[in-house]
Amino acid sequence: MSKLPITEADLHAYVDAVLPDDRRAEVEDFLAAQPEEASRLFAYQAQKDALRQLFNPVLDESLPAELLELAEKPIVPAMEAMATPAVDMKKRPFLSRWSMQRIAASFAIALLSGLAGWLGHGQYQATERMAQMTPLARQAAVAHVVYSPDIKRPVEVTADQEDQLVKWLTKRLGTPVSPPKLGTLGYELIGGRLLPGNAGPVAQFMYHDSSGQRLTLYVSTEQTVSRDTGFRFAREGAVNVFYWVDGKFGYALSAGIDKGELARVATAVYDQLENK
Amino acid sequence: MDSRTILAELPRLRRYARAMVGDRAVADDLVQDTLERGWSRLAQWRPGSDLRAWLFGIMHNLRVDQLRCQGPNTQPLGEAESEAPMRATQSDRLEVNDLAAALARLPEEQRAVLLLVALEEMSYEQIASTLGIPLGTVMSRLSRGRERLRLMLDGHHPVAHLRVVR
Repeated sequence: MSKLPITEADLHAYVDAVLPDDRRAEVEDFLAAQPEEASRLFAYQAQKDALRQLFNPVLDESLPAELLELAEKPIVPAMEAMATPAVDMKKRPFLSRWSMQRIAASFAIALLSGLAGWLGHGQYQATERMAQMTPLARQAAVAHVVYSPDIKRPVEVTADQEDQLVKWLTKRLGTPVSPPKLGTLGYELIGGRLLPGNAGPVAQFMYHDSSGQRLTLYVSTEQTVSRDTGFRFAREGAVNVFYWVDGKFGYALSAGIDKGELARVATAVYDQLENK
Repeated sequence: MDSRTILAELPRLRRYARAMVGDRAVADDLVQDTLERGWSRLAQWRPGSDLRAWLFGIMHNLRVDQLRCQGPNTQPLGEAESEAPMRATQSDRLEVNDLAAALARLPEEQRAVLLLVALEEMSYEQIASTLGIPLGTVMSRLSRGRERLRLMLDGHHPVAHLRVVR
């Protein structure tokens, strides 16, 4: 008889049922003569079963939205997201009246888009530009930079509780506030949060497109200079910001996307606010 | 690798992560990190190779990084209540808690091998390549882990039906 001695590895392979038949028979002979070893292996088998029983229910849990989103993230082509149904703007009361600067604003966008190269071409200009940024644009850009990279908890209240989000922010800001619908532009609402402004609360809504690109709309109700503006543009690092003031309301739209694209979204936001 | 194949792997990744770290929120964070890293390193995945092993390997490396950064014995803030899945009856629950607690006390590297064998039913060779360790190390960790778990369960809460009465 020239049987190989039974090793510890053989015993585990026996528990895990990966031994070839002839070797398994040899292990069974061995165990028949070694009841202590048999009982040890029996315990290992029981462990294995118990672990499955303990953790297999996880397989049947519904998957958290964050994970589903991440599984999909880089796949859905942009055009599919663009094809989502048009939005009902009437359902979305946003903020107050709008002055007659829309035409001026559109001109400003066209002008600024044309001047992208000028703005981007030197560090000196960029720095100077930053120094000149209004508190509104700067605060919005900082809020964007802080929250938009957060994969796990970018917002306090998610879009699936949009009603609660609207109620809550309306109450805290003391004026009706709700997120514009940007689905037709390929941006879906992720949710929103409350932030400290200079003297009280401000709101931030976050959107993303199918590639995961995020965009934030910052809404402040503490503009005291009461001088309405058309679209203004500012840039901080990689973040572009379009902002405008209407009465006590200040809006700033921030994203790390190019200015032309951001202008397109800003125009849509502006339109919705005006046509509320 | 596309979102459908990723989706198919998600439940298993979650199960393994839950078993590894215990806490549900922490486990799902680990899965999220795994997916993010997976997408960002898509170029390193060879089409046709085993996607599951590749993702488990990523998760393992993330876990190693995490442990290196935070050191032992840290608790996640705010979400400390762990939600081990439980069966219905009281006696079952005690037993299940014992197993979960004993599992948590195993050294991380032994727990990983034990779970890949028990839950994922990976071959020892697959585990070696997933964890980036030699086959012999897989076997010694499996052996030590199983024995340690057995002794813990015996000592704390004798599980009568696991014993052969002589």
